[in-house]
Amino acid sequence: MLIAMATLPKTFQDWFERRGWQPHPHQLALTEQAKTASLLLIAPTGGGKTLAGFLPTLIDLATNPEPGLHTLYISPLKALAADIRRNLATPTEELGLDIRIEDRTGDTSQTMRKRQRVDPPHILLTTPESLALLISYEDAPRIFRGLKRIIVDEIHALAESKRGDQLMLALSRLTTLAPDAVRLGLSATVEDPPALGAFLSTGTPTKIIEADPGPQPDISMLITQAPPPWAGTGGAYAACAIMQEIKRHKTTLVFINTRASAELFFQALWAINPDNLPIGLHHGSLSKEARGKVEGAMATGALRAIVCTGSLDLGIDWGDVDLVIQVGAPKNVKRLVQRIGRANHRYNAPSKALLVPANRFEVVECQAALEAVMEHDLDGDPRGPGPLDVLCQHILLIACSGGFQADALYQEVRKAGPYRDLPRAEFDQCVDYCATGGYALKAYDRWQRLKNTGGTWHLRDPRATQRIRMNTGTIMDVETLPVRMRGGRQRALGEVEESFAATLEPGDTFLIGGQVVLYESLREMTVLVSRTARKNPKIAVFMGTKLATSTRLSQRVSTFLDTPSKWSALPQHTQTWLKQQQALSQMPRPDRLLVETFWRGERAHLCIYGFAGRNALQTLGLLITKRMEERGLDPLGFVATDYALLIWGLKEVTDPAPLLDARTLRDGLERWLSSNAVMKRTFRNAARIACLIERNLPGQRKSGKQATFSSDILYDTLLKYDPDHLLMKITRTEAERGLVDFGRIEEMLHRIEGRIDLVQAPHVTPLAAPLLLEVGKVPIKGAAQDTLLEQEAEALMKDAGLTA
Amino acid sequence: MFWHDFDFCSAQLRALPAGALWWGDAKLLCVSDLHLGKSERMARRGGQLVPPYDSLETLIRLKDLIDQHDPETVICLGDSFDDLTAGQRLDANLLQLLATLIAGRKWIWITGNHDPGPLDIQGSWLAEFKQDGLTFRHIAQDTSEAGEISGHFHPKASIRGRRRPCFCYDSRRLILPAFGTYTGGLRASDPVIANLFDSTARAVMTGTKSTVIPLRAA
Repeated sequence: MLIAMATLPKTFQDWFERRGWQPHPHQLALTEQAKTASLLLIAPTGGGKTLAGFLPTLIDLATNPEPGLHTLYISPLKALAADIRRNLATPTEELGLDIRIEDRTGDTSQTMRKRQRVDPPHILLTTPESLALLISYEDAPRIFRGLKRIIVDEIHALAESKRGDQLMLALSRLTTLAPDAVRLGLSATVEDPPALGAFLSTGTPTKIIEADPGPQPDISMLITQAPPPWAGTGGAYAACAIMQEIKRHKTTLVFINTRASAELFFQALWAINPDNLPIGLHHGSLSKEARGKVEGAMATGALRAIVCTGSLDLGIDWGDVDLVIQVGAPKNVKRLVQRIGRANHRYNAPSKALLVPANRFEVVECQAALEAVMEHDLDGDPRGPGPLDVLCQHILLIACSGGFQADALYQEVRKAGPYRDLPRAEFDQCVDYCATGGYALKAYDRWQRLKNTGGTWHLRDPRATQRIRMNTGTIMDVETLPVRMRGGRQRALGEVEESFAATLEPGDTFLIGGQVVLYESLREMTVLVSRTARKNPKIAVFMGTKLATSTRLSQRVSTFLDTPSKWSALPQHTQTWLKQQQALSQMPRPDRLLVETFWRGERAHLCIYGFAGRNALQTLGLLITKRMEERGLDPLGFVATDYALLIWGLKEVTDPAPLLDARTLRDGLERWLSSNAVMKRTFRNAARIACLIERNLPGQRKSGKQATFSSDILYDTLLKYDPDHLLMKITRTEAERGLVDFGRIEEMLHRIEGRIDLVQAPHVTPLAAPLLLEVGKVPIKGAAQDTLLEQEAEALMKDAGLTA
Repeated sequence: MFWHDFDFCSAQLRALPAGALWWGDAKLLCVSDLHLGKSERMARRGGQLVPPYDSLETLIRLKDLIDQHDPETVICLGDSFDDLTAGQRLDANLLQLLATLIAGRKWIWITGNHDPGPLDIQGSWLAEFKQDGLTFRHIAQDTSEAGEISGHFHPKASIRGRRRPCFCYDSRRLILPAFGTYTGGLRASDPVIANLFDSTARAVMTGTKSTVIPLRAA
């Protein structure tokens, strides 16, 4: 270690010694590799990655303190940027470095931002969105001219969304402006480091440094006295046992998959908290102030536990967390590993974690996930090519910075990892879309946003820059409305989805911020509520979509079920359940498809064990019931989980094979997709990212009047008059990958190759029984729905004393 | 029944689910807020390039209604054009389609805030129009005589999370939904609209069939 230390300058060696610190080998490796063009450090959470990333910068600036921007740091979180600024203050002060470190995010003042452009700091800490804006200024070449280093923190998280694509496009711009700047990506544990390296690089291979992963985590399933319920996702049954664990530990993070279940679970914990242990709640629907308060309390060690959602997957490290509890199936092993890493940040202590299945089936999934963690078998779907809506936005931002030549910009864009294989034709289509809207109807010479003058594309009207800049970014939150108490200080409790707010009737109750509130009215785009003594809310379903279990984990679950020798690892109640299934029917097998039919009352049931994830099985349910309708099999409804699809109707299905034919399913998909709400939602996001629809308008009033018409109308219009428009293509590609997830249906059908096992059971089978209790049943649309609407309208009229 | 029939100031009116008003006894069809040329105006003014098919779509939907009902009189209740320039710049094929619709019937363009003056298009350009006790104008007046039919507000109603343009009426006043393809809207229960009506007012939602709910619940 002493030899390694010698690679550091004397002042830095002294500093480490004064602090009594030993640099980790990977920290020194970063210093040695400081000149490598593209470097990726993979280290478990808490390995001191971030400060290590700055070490070469500090060393360089200590010997060479030129003015101007030296290092650009990008993080997915504003809070993280601010936190790093504070953390860097100590070493720079103690090392006696005279350098400026500033952050630039959505929270930075206008004055500060202007000054940063005129006189950039040595180290600028920012987010992908703020960086995209920076490169859209005409003075971007001057700001970035001397840039030496680019650090991308939490790159694994950025790579999972369009924010990563946007960032990589911005970075290839920087490479044009500052060709010698080197890149460093900092990542938590991922399944495919080379893929992440390719994402980061400009074309030359990325060098990957993998830090010692540390000791195996201490992870187990929480065994409660009472078995988990047959269905549900809340985990409330385990509240008592979890409270005992919270008492036994210093600080506990309780992860739970959805905001609504987090609210409910938080309530369940407080209902049995006789010692009034300080327990907080943190999720994305809470107001920024409410979240800030909880984060602040956590940082000072004032909380014993936080119930949270993915909102705490990233962020500031809290050294004191000694237990992580995951309530509900983890759905994804990689994310579970990253969450577990939030416990015990001291590098060589094992992280301690407990898995709490929310229902009987999840006992199996938790066991499978646990084994996957111990075997380091991480999951993850490969990234698709860079999305074109993000590219369109990038082209518009580059146009704002003063114009571009198509050939040069095409070469530059292809230096971004996600766009390395972008065909020229697609790039040209994006430029055409930005310039004229890209409509098939070409007669419109007035449709011109960009003009081409002597080979340079530029904005027709320079005033458009403001509108474009106001509408950048790829974070597409669902439309939400703030929730406030009526009267009083009007403090915001949090936010709910607009579509949820639309379903509320005066007198309805729902949970937010850990309390039950009574809906009063919708005023000026705010949901007004009052306090209520009622304990049982009408459940708040803020988020409509649920994460599907990953392909890899689904496979493991399926294999586990087919391997009875492994069942001894399960609690007795679950073993008994599986043995009953074996006796009455059979176990699903990975290379075959188990289909069960049984009658229950007047209803014929069909259960398909597809193991393809909730979204894919939901799609399969819609497609199969449609085919059943065509064949006169009278389906009435269905419900999908991550593992199985249950359909009920009036007639028994005796031959399931024709219903599962891949080609006819795909034909059905194309027809169904075109008029589907999922498509419209996907279109809306793409249309916003590509700046077809502007979310923010200069001087927008909050009058409650819809500023613009809905994007659904644009979708319907394009579908009718211009179905091959660029945005329609983007929408189709994304819908199939995302919520529709048809790829996983095809993968399943390919895997079973027609090997279908049909079991006609005498009654409901043990594995199918929990599905009968599932929420989220989908009635078959058609005449039945219109009748419902009619009944509701009549009831409203009657209540109001009016007759239609 | 897919439409909604109602008596209004001794006239028998029909709210069609497509968003137009049909007065059978007078053989009169009334639509409001067509906003023809809206995408052109947006492209011209702000540089936002929405699909240029809205005017065609609006006129095709209007043509369907005219084919079905063969009205003697058609009233467009104002804001028929998104602005006067948009009206002047309508494509030749759209102008031709419009001319075939107008030919052979009495066509009344009520002027609106978006189209305050006459355009060089067939039909009578009027600030308001009266027939058999009913008054047609663009914007509802605070204190008006009974029998006023207007547009302007683009009222919308939602039930079970579905939001649709709607008619609003009580015994004295009727407001039509916007007929144009690219039109936003204002919730009918918003005070700006609701205060124009008494407590018996209803909202008639458009869509595949008309659904009637109390205006206050809209």
